[in-house]
Amino acid sequence: MKNLRNHLGLLLPILVVAAMTLWPVITDSIANRENSFTILKAIALASSLNILLGYTGYVSFGHIVFYGFGGYFGLYVVNELGWSIWAGILIGGIASGLLAFLLGKAILRLRGAYFALATIGINEAMRAFINNLDLFGGPIGMVLNFSVYKEYGGAAQASSLSFYIMAGLTFAALVISHLVRTSKFGLGLQAVRENEDAAEVMGVIAPDAKTWAYVLSAIIPGMVGVLFFFKNGHIEPPVAFPLHSSIELLVMVMLGGQGTVLGPILGAFAYQGMRGYLVTSDIFKDIQLSVSGVLLLLIVLFIPAGAVGWFRQRIPALRRVLA
Amino acid sequence: MTILLSVQGVTKRFGGLQALTDVTFDLPEGQILGLIGPNGAGKTTLFNAVNGVYPPEEGRIIFRDKDVTTMKTYYHARMGMARTHQIVQPLNELTVRENVMVGACFGRENQSLGHAADIAEEVLEFVGLAKRADQMAVSLNVAQKKRLEMARALASRPFLLLLDEVLAGLNPSEIGNMVETVKKIRERGITIIMIEHVMKAVMNVSDRIIVLDYGEQIAEGTPEEISSNEKVIEAYLGDPKLAEKLLAED
Repeated sequence: MKNLRNHLGLLLPILVVAAMTLWPVITDSIANRENSFTILKAIALASSLNILLGYTGYVSFGHIVFYGFGGYFGLYVVNELGWSIWAGILIGGIASGLLAFLLGKAILRLRGAYFALATIGINEAMRAFINNLDLFGGPIGMVLNFSVYKEYGGAAQASSLSFYIMAGLTFAALVISHLVRTSKFGLGLQAVRENEDAAEVMGVIAPDAKTWAYVLSAIIPGMVGVLFFFKNGHIEPPVAFPLHSSIELLVMVMLGGQGTVLGPILGAFAYQGMRGYLVTSDIFKDIQLSVSGVLLLLIVLFIPAGAVGWFRQRIPALRRVLA
Repeated sequence: MTILLSVQGVTKRFGGLQALTDVTFDLPEGQILGLIGPNGAGKTTLFNAVNGVYPPEEGRIIFRDKDVTTMKTYYHARMGMARTHQIVQPLNELTVRENVMVGACFGRENQSLGHAADIAEEVLEFVGLAKRADQMAVSLNVAQKKRLEMARALASRPFLLLLDEVLAGLNPSEIGNMVETVKKIRERGITIIMIEHVMKAVMNVSDRIIVLDYGEQIAEGTPEEISSNEKVIEAYLGDPKLAEKLLAED
């Protein structure tokens, strides 16, 4: 019984993913499926970022680098080597995880603003590097050979399959987020977030804990990248490493509530909803990114704990459910 | 009597500042060692050297027959050395219970979360914070935060406990409670080094006392020997008459 109660916090996230998966099926609408895909993708990416930002307290401004890096590797093995999408996703996850491991050893000793700056630098450097890498098509990128889709029964079927895989990856991201939050490893991360020096004095091996948090936060984005570019049919440096998407992810996590499982979900919904409205409105369509900037500023100033954190502080009874 | 900690010729410099000069002592198991000296004498620096926060330039630190001089502080914690901070370092946005669980989970016994929660319960009861277990650490007052520091250290079930001015900033009745707590900790078989400015308390609980002044060890002995040592009185208190008065105070 006690075990079940510990996992109550996972209930709402599961329901949300289930609802998002069923919604396009019930309404039998491809447009809804595309919308749902976008939101699920945002939830998966934001939840992954949250492991580093929310639990460990390290702000990564360039987290999208793992999405692009994994995407390139996965698409390469699917397109050039003829591997299945499943193998491609696995390769993407491994590639991003490894990249995070190596980067972590180098830059996680930086704190605060210096770490944040380093992550931006890495994203930009990676984009420039891939831009000049002939193996991955340089500035033109890679276009998926259309015959690849045949294995999955054509482009329409591949697109539908991608949607269900996306739902699975989002579910996995949320389970990882929940397990990290409720584990001893997660307690160590939160100790590092609150006071890294004190945590070390208490025996938390902070360099290792941070590195594993970084690796965990990179794997799902790598996998999502492969899936997205597989569905998309092509990949090129600007769409693989868009810095503004990194910042949008930060806004989602901060808006919903950093350091909670539910926060990135709420944030992804709210942000995608707002973005959908802004890009179609006459006044805001050209300045929608500046609106996110202002939004981020307002959150940091007035509700630093985000929506979920705000509710948790005010209504203790909700703490078990709003994990 | 087994020696738990051996500090051998420890010297620490910060740039041009000689913070510690050739500090040497042995600490047998089960004792309480008082560490006193004027402000800036190097007491907290000695703690930082002993538990690996700032490794010393010269000298060795042997803990439980192992040379730990250049080890990182988290390995000290895992070997059974715990400390409290002079300036409290609570994990603000975690609950009091979670703070203590960190100590139990990552300290010497490397407990699982479930066991850590039980240990936290017991330790919080011991230091008198049981009622506050579900509060955020940030909401505690200073005296409670000092107790939290102590609870976190105790939850790791250490062999050696370094207490850095746990009495500072407390009122007389709080000091009385804290001294009782320190004595109870010793009864559990934990060896203690305590830095303290409250003379009566430190004289009362210590088995032995070391006096530091400008990073040098100027005296070592029982509380009686120290309180009558003229060099100490002069260096530490300046005025021998004032010293006598302070020690006589109830």
